[in-house]
Amino acid sequence: MMRSEPRALQLNEHGQLKHFLTLDGLDKTILTEILDRADSFLSMGEQSVKKVPLLRGKTVVNLFFENSTRTRTTFELAAKRLSADVINLNIETSATSKGESLLDTLKNLEAMQSDMFIVRHSDSGAAHFIAEHCTPNVAIINAGDGRHAHPTQAMLDMLTIRRHKGGFDGLKVAIVGDILHSRVARSQLQALTTLGVSEVRLVGPKTLVPSFFADMGATICHDLEVGLKEVDVIVMLRLQKERMKGALLPSESEFYRLYGLTEETLAWAKSDAIVMHPGPINRGVEISSEVADGTHSVILNQVTNGIAVRMAVMSMAMSGQVQSQNDDESVAREGK
Amino acid sequence: MKLRIQNGRLIDPSQDIDAVIDLFIDNQKIVALGDAPEGFEEADVMDAAGQWILPGLVDLAVSLREPGLTQKGSIATEGRAAVSGGVTTLVCPPNTRPIVDTPAVAALIQDKADDAGMANVFPLGALTQGLEGAQLSNMVALTEAGCIALSNHRHPMVSTKVLARALEYAATHDLLVVFHPDEPSLSEGGCAHEGLMSTIHGLAGIPEEAETIALMRDLLLVEKTGVRAHFARLSCAKSVEMMADAKASGLNVTADVALHNLLLNDQILNRFDGHYHVLPPLRSEEDRLTLIEGIKSGVITAICSDHQPHEKMAKIAPFAATEPGMANVEILLPLAMQLMDEGDVDLTTLLTCLTSGPAACFGLEAGSLSVGSFADFIVFDSTARWVWTYEGRKTKGHNSPYFGDELVGRVMQTFISGQRVYQAV
Repeated sequence: MMRSEPRALQLNEHGQLKHFLTLDGLDKTILTEILDRADSFLSMGEQSVKKVPLLRGKTVVNLFFENSTRTRTTFELAAKRLSADVINLNIETSATSKGESLLDTLKNLEAMQSDMFIVRHSDSGAAHFIAEHCTPNVAIINAGDGRHAHPTQAMLDMLTIRRHKGGFDGLKVAIVGDILHSRVARSQLQALTTLGVSEVRLVGPKTLVPSFFADMGATICHDLEVGLKEVDVIVMLRLQKERMKGALLPSESEFYRLYGLTEETLAWAKSDAIVMHPGPINRGVEISSEVADGTHSVILNQVTNGIAVRMAVMSMAMSGQVQSQNDDESVAREGK
Repeated sequence: MKLRIQNGRLIDPSQDIDAVIDLFIDNQKIVALGDAPEGFEEADVMDAAGQWILPGLVDLAVSLREPGLTQKGSIATEGRAAVSGGVTTLVCPPNTRPIVDTPAVAALIQDKADDAGMANVFPLGALTQGLEGAQLSNMVALTEAGCIALSNHRHPMVSTKVLARALEYAATHDLLVVFHPDEPSLSEGGCAHEGLMSTIHGLAGIPEEAETIALMRDLLLVEKTGVRAHFARLSCAKSVEMMADAKASGLNVTADVALHNLLLNDQILNRFDGHYHVLPPLRSEEDRLTLIEGIKSGVITAICSDHQPHEKMAKIAPFAATEPGMANVEILLPLAMQLMDEGDVDLTTLLTCLTSGPAACFGLEAGSLSVGSFADFIVFDSTARWVWTYEGRKTKGHNSPYFGDELVGRVMQTFISGQRVYQAV
């Protein structure tokens, strides 16, 4: 009955990924391997033939319990470029709404002999739950679970930073906005800390930046000017419209006035700072159009890098799965 | 029937006894300790050498799930689970279906408990009709039908005014009210202690103020109305301080704590395991240690299992989507004894909080081996090492994180009114 931690659950006996649930507990070596592999896939995307056969004959199921066209599309494209067969399931409108439990849905999908689930779910820990309750032969990739983690998003951001800044040493990074509800921010913080940047600042009002993040290795700033001063990288987070209802903020306009990224506020950062955003952006709510479309913005590079990172993670998790299945078989043979 | 229990180590904190002495039972009651009463001719002798003889445990929070929630448990199954854990007297919450807000439901529970022939069962009555927090229940009628106290469980009151009136009404008739301090607007949507662990894992937090703000309000109203009050399932360090202050100022209030809040803290959230989803939540290590201090100092005088059995599916979901609660009544005593090592709680204090302490909170005639009491007692092997298994459980509940753990100490026999109702096999 006792469950294991997600960080332990996602590695096989050789320390290779067999699921990709969280960045918590993954070391610098493995994160760098993901980035290196993604880099090699990126150059492939520029060629006319974009496919490699790494997942040929494998079935990948996009299991989205929460809508996200963009993330789902990039996962689908990544799987297809690895030569996998891809099924898209939007569960919100299918079985679970008829009262079929999450577990029953999974058992059915398992019976179809899928090899990999890409999971997006509104509950924190959902990907971990699925990894524990599926047959061990299915690789689970977390495409965002509640407020907990969005590890592929964070890794594509890391790839974007590395390609623009050459590395992580000495970098100062500011993440601005709704940290409280952001799985992206949590995963980014873990990735940046592991990869060894010099400082991660979390910027926003106390309602959206709880003090507990300081114990996760971040510097907390409630003033945008202090937060952006001399930073190399700015990550703006999407502000959900419903945050005003929960009394977390007075209004969009006050948030924009205090924490919005404009050409004026961008000037507080280093002159060669890059601006990132996990998208979709709210123009005039957290970021001005001029900045979003300006020369500092790398927002569209992030999308391109997302496909390469997802290819890297999927191929690594699949080979880790195959490795641990082979190990199990040889153990079984020796047992006989 | 006459019975002599001999050579056991008899420990009864209510009488300050810890000695190898004999226990004499006649016609359901304890008639003597030590030497046989004059003319006592035992029909039966039980040798308990090497065993402890303890008062039957008194548990202030055991959900029996009947009527209405029998997919989770029944009076028969949970009653059996309770006595196998050494619990001879239990209090069950009013959140059954239908809710215990009419004398008929209270009577039904007691009748079924009598038929089951297990632990002595005392239901709590609903403080308001349907636990909806709006209209007062027929408190006097409920009490006359056997409800030991009144509680709105963890359900919110529609206003502080209704709460104040309910307390005034209860005070009029000298009824005991049980509080679960919780400010719903602060706990709403939360599933874990608000802190570093919930932040890292992206779980919606329940701040300690959800408990302490409600507790402060409740204490002020208790002081004003003079109602008899018991505070259930405290979970925060500050709550212990507030209770200590209230007692020091002369307020006649008592408090209990769930055993899991003494044993576990929010570090366990790193497993995302819904078995650790409880309300109030497992809080910080500081909170846990302060609760233990509260036990030692006597601010908290009762430890309960807060037994809440669930069907299997209730816990098979991502953490926040699971139903809260654990089902541990069967291992209450060996689990509680872990506090002697981990929290440096002495045996007398521990046993007091499991017997005469909770009995005193609710004015129950239980938890003591004094002459004239009903012979509710247990035979406990304090050194037995055993594994409590899922397959071997008595509860209908599927939800304990302790299945498969090796435990030290085991209830070997349970007696109620001199009758053996459980024997370990």
